Amino acid sequence: MNYSEKVMDHFQHPRNVGEIDGASGVGTVGNAKCGDIMRIFLDIDENQVIRDCKFKTFGCGAAVATSSMATEMVKGKTIQEAMEVTNKAVMEALDGLPPVKVHCSLLAEEAIHAALWDYCQKNGIIIDGLKKPKNDISEGEEEEEY
Amino acid sequence: MKKLIYLDNAATTRVNPKVLEAMTPYFCELYGNRSSVYSFADSAKDAVDHARETIAKSIGAKTNEIYFTGGGSEGDNWAIKATAEAYRSKGNHIITTKIEHHAVLHTCQYLEQHGFEVTYLDVDEEGFVRLEDLKAAIRPTTILISIMFANNEIGTIEPIKEIGAIAKEHGILFHTDSVQAYCHIPIDVDECHIDMLNTSAHKIFGPKGVGFMYIRTGVKIRSFIHGGAQERKRRAGTENVPGIAGFGKAVELAMETLDERIAYETRLRDHLIDRVLAEIPYSRLNGPRENRLPNNTNFCFQFIEGESMLILLDDVGVCGSSGSACTSGSLDPSHVLLAIGLPHEIAHGSLRLTLSEETTMEDIDFVVDNLKRIVQRLRDMSPLYADFISKQEKK
Repeated sequence: MNYSEKVMDHFQHPRNVGEIDGASGVGTVGNAKCGDIMRIFLDIDENQVIRDCKFKTFGCGAAVATSSMATEMVKGKTIQEAMEVTNKAVMEALDGLPPVKVHCSLLAEEAIHAALWDYCQKNGIIIDGLKKPKNDISEGEEEEEY
Repeated sequence: MKKLIYLDNAATTRVNPKVLEAMTPYFCELYGNRSSVYSFADSAKDAVDHARETIAKSIGAKTNEIYFTGGGSEGDNWAIKATAEAYRSKGNHIITTKIEHHAVLHTCQYLEQHGFEVTYLDVDEEGFVRLEDLKAAIRPTTILISIMFANNEIGTIEPIKEIGAIAKEHGILFHTDSVQAYCHIPIDVDECHIDMLNTSAHKIFGPKGVGFMYIRTGVKIRSFIHGGAQERKRRAGTENVPGIAGFGKAVELAMETLDERIAYETRLRDHLIDRVLAEIPYSRLNGPRENRLPNNTNFCFQFIEGESMLILLDDVGVCGSSGSACTSGSLDPSHVLLAIGLPHEIAHGSLRLTLSEETTMEDIDFVVDNLKRIVQRLRDMSPLYADFISKQEKK
């Protein structure tokens, strides 16, 4: 496996797995067809600081590791500061990803944005530079038959 | 060191120490070039001849119908491209299936760019070719049918005898990629009307980088590798004498134990399948229960992804493989799993475990016990599973 030790650590011991009941914002991005879905839960206080962050991810080792690292990085940040947690920042924090896995880090960034977007929609807030993420599937999910 | 449980024998096997022993003299001591005149090279010649005899006998062929190659992919390329070239005046149509190994599929796609037409047959939900589809696909211009003996991912053993009979009836050449089947189940080239067949040594405890192609007497294909006069002028290049000697030994050992090995592996395989399906919910077996390679299992576990499973299995010393996109380096999961009708999201959660005569019942139980834990752990992390459970609760 071409994963860094940090990626392996975050995959094998993922931080912040779970859900937040009554979360301030929830975002789900990705596509089961491509094999990656990330869902991020944010608990944001009245000062717009991210108090807690949890995730659930369907995907490969890199998808889990980037979710784990991204949740660690946004915790304690204001919503504006959380915008600076880019895919590049997540990748750097993980000591890099194999080229075929870079899309996983993009998905992690998008998942954070989707959760922030949800929070903003609910509270009538605008964050500079935040747009509805492309791969946002939080609403109108397709019914999947298993 | 933790125990290694190697369940990826369809990918490759270790070299049996007895095979290595049979190869060793031809590296440093009996290293003569088989084409030389002096008597020093005789032992190299004898080794190759002996291996050829053992191998010919193993499939009911004549020794002059066995051609040593560099392995399965070379053989598949040779059979298909050389047939296309030699029989072009007769026609330009080839029939194969959607579940072939890439060595066949990509070769056929290459030929499509050079004026050939290829029909890729669908398979049923267990991976079997439908004979009526095959018959319907035959055209006056069909020159080759290339259908694998058994599938490398899901273990389906194709109805090769019936396919061979159809090919013969229509006067069409029949090639079969037998890399996964050879020395795992009995093969008789006459009974199955096979014209060309390819194998590889490293799937049967032989060395990597050597295989053979069977070419029936009368099939007019020419050389693929041009050069010297080796292999009856059909495959140039100094023979890989140690590899060929090792291949011969591996075949000898495998054929001696074939029946008991089939019985043993089938018992282990069925135990593994039974336990997984009974103890892990939302799992399915890919491929058939009957007419399946004795050493092959392939499962899908819903709501989780294959690579994650492989890493966690690796943590407890278990080697397996998956048809998920993440392990293939492309965005699509296995073409075989898609061809048997699985949706992408299910195909991403596949796990192939392939056994050998060295696998034990304890290994199987250890793997299932750990697999149960791993699947549950990944499901607890999966938003798809969370959605599924909340939907179930609403119902």
